[in-house]
Amino acid sequence: MNDVVYFDNAATTRVRNEVVEAMTKYFSESYGNPSSVYKIAQTNKNAVEKGREQVAKAINAEKNEIYFTAGGSEADNWAIKGIAESYLDKGKHIITLSIEHHAVLHTCEYLESKGFEVTYLPVDKFGIVELEKIKNAIRKDTILISVMFANNEIGSIQPIKEIGALAKEKGIIFHTDAVQAVGHIPIDVKEMNIDLLSMSAHKFYGPKGIGALYIKKGIKIKPLIHGGAQERNRRAGTENVPGIVGMGVAIELITNELDKEAKRLSFLRDKLIDSILSDIPHSRLNGDRKNRLPGNVNISFEFIEGESILLMLDMKGICASSGSACTSGSLDPSHVLLAIGLPHEKAHGSLRLTLGMFNTEEEVDYIIKELPSIVKRLRDMSPLYEDFVKNKQIVTE
Amino acid sequence: MYSEKVMDHFTNPRNVGEIEDASGVGTVGNAKCGDIMKVYLKIEDGIVKDAKFKTFGCGAAVATSSMATELVKGKTIQEALEVTNKAVMEALDGLPPIKVHCSCLAEEALHAALWDYAQKEGIVIEGLEEPVNDISEHEEILEEDY
Repeated sequence: MNDVVYFDNAATTRVRNEVVEAMTKYFSESYGNPSSVYKIAQTNKNAVEKGREQVAKAINAEKNEIYFTAGGSEADNWAIKGIAESYLDKGKHIITLSIEHHAVLHTCEYLESKGFEVTYLPVDKFGIVELEKIKNAIRKDTILISVMFANNEIGSIQPIKEIGALAKEKGIIFHTDAVQAVGHIPIDVKEMNIDLLSMSAHKFYGPKGIGALYIKKGIKIKPLIHGGAQERNRRAGTENVPGIVGMGVAIELITNELDKEAKRLSFLRDKLIDSILSDIPHSRLNGDRKNRLPGNVNISFEFIEGESILLMLDMKGICASSGSACTSGSLDPSHVLLAIGLPHEKAHGSLRLTLGMFNTEEEVDYIIKELPSIVKRLRDMSPLYEDFVKNKQIVTE
Repeated sequence: MYSEKVMDHFTNPRNVGEIEDASGVGTVGNAKCGDIMKVYLKIEDGIVKDAKFKTFGCGAAVATSSMATELVKGKTIQEALEVTNKAVMEALDGLPPIKVHCSCLAEEALHAALWDYAQKEGIVIEGLEEPVNDISEHEEILEEDY
């Protein structure tokens, strides 16, 4: 087993060796600007186009519907701001979910400050939106529905195909932030009626700093980054050639392995969930049991706080994350956990473990073995647990 | 993120536990913010003979509780009052800016325990004010919200 047991694959992933190998050449030998005329530039232009093809194929899009960005946040910003600006004449209303990533939420809040109206729909206790709620929120002036494919914290997968069909029927543009989904679950933009889709390479074993926005042919969208004529005049800036090459290789490899890997990860995920819930009392699973990303585990432990769990896990060489306020950088715990109805104190005590292709069953067994004593140690220190035990004694007496 | 001293007090916290016949007990913070500190003091002849704590919170919350209880042990009541959040923070070689509020909680918890002691004994401790961050208020807020 590795010295570091990495269970934070939703934060970022290790770049796989094949990807690093494919990229290296484009830093050193083949460094030309794809827009130039000489040979090494043309080689690079071809490399960029190959990457575009690989990305398109993975989501059943056409090659010229893929636009490279500097990552998922840029893709989300571009999709939402770009559509808002381009369809101003039609209306100023946007529908999204309360559990979206901040790249979507803060972009929507920004647009609100510019006079747009945004409906933030609630989700059920499993983190999934009811189609009926979207239907009811649609207005005459609704120009965009932006619903994430799968949630980064609790892994819940939204009914994207149904939302896509609804948006199509109502003639509303549909964007999905698929940063957590691409490379992990099957996506078909045609079958699902998706108009715009954001993705990020570092979530599927590719490099950081490169992502893409899929824009269906025929959709009008103003650029976010102005400048040169790159990306069919829609996104300026010299192409991140090594990044695009890496993203292309990464998405091709993971798409070929997707079914097998999803099955393997789902097995490990379920083993982890079942073991923790049965070994540790007063713990609960956050998110949906079935409609869930293959690698996502999110569990709340009552009476203890998340950052303390992470520090203790780190001492055992285990990397994980939490929705506690201390890890969010504010006084409030995760907006996602609050949105599924968790009271603050239970949201503070959440632990997210996200599995990926480099994780083994041995590592899963290791955390199953280590976690109960960590939770117990923190509970022994907790005044909330002390009160709970005392109250229980009073009740049973 | 944390200094070595903070990590030391987090991994090997001193004075964790309860004092059965405590002279004063103070609980501050609230579960909503993610930090609750409960401090027990045993005071005899004006001297803090023993101090224990229980804390629900992050690494900094545990470490400051540990350090604060360590600092007041053996001190007179007046000296114990001088164990401020600044003193706790300095003893821990500093805290990240976002965690400074944890050191404030440690000071408040000590003061709340001293206040409880003064109330029980019917004495007035000079310079000690009634704790504002009383947990009972926050519990009401919690119930209202959920």
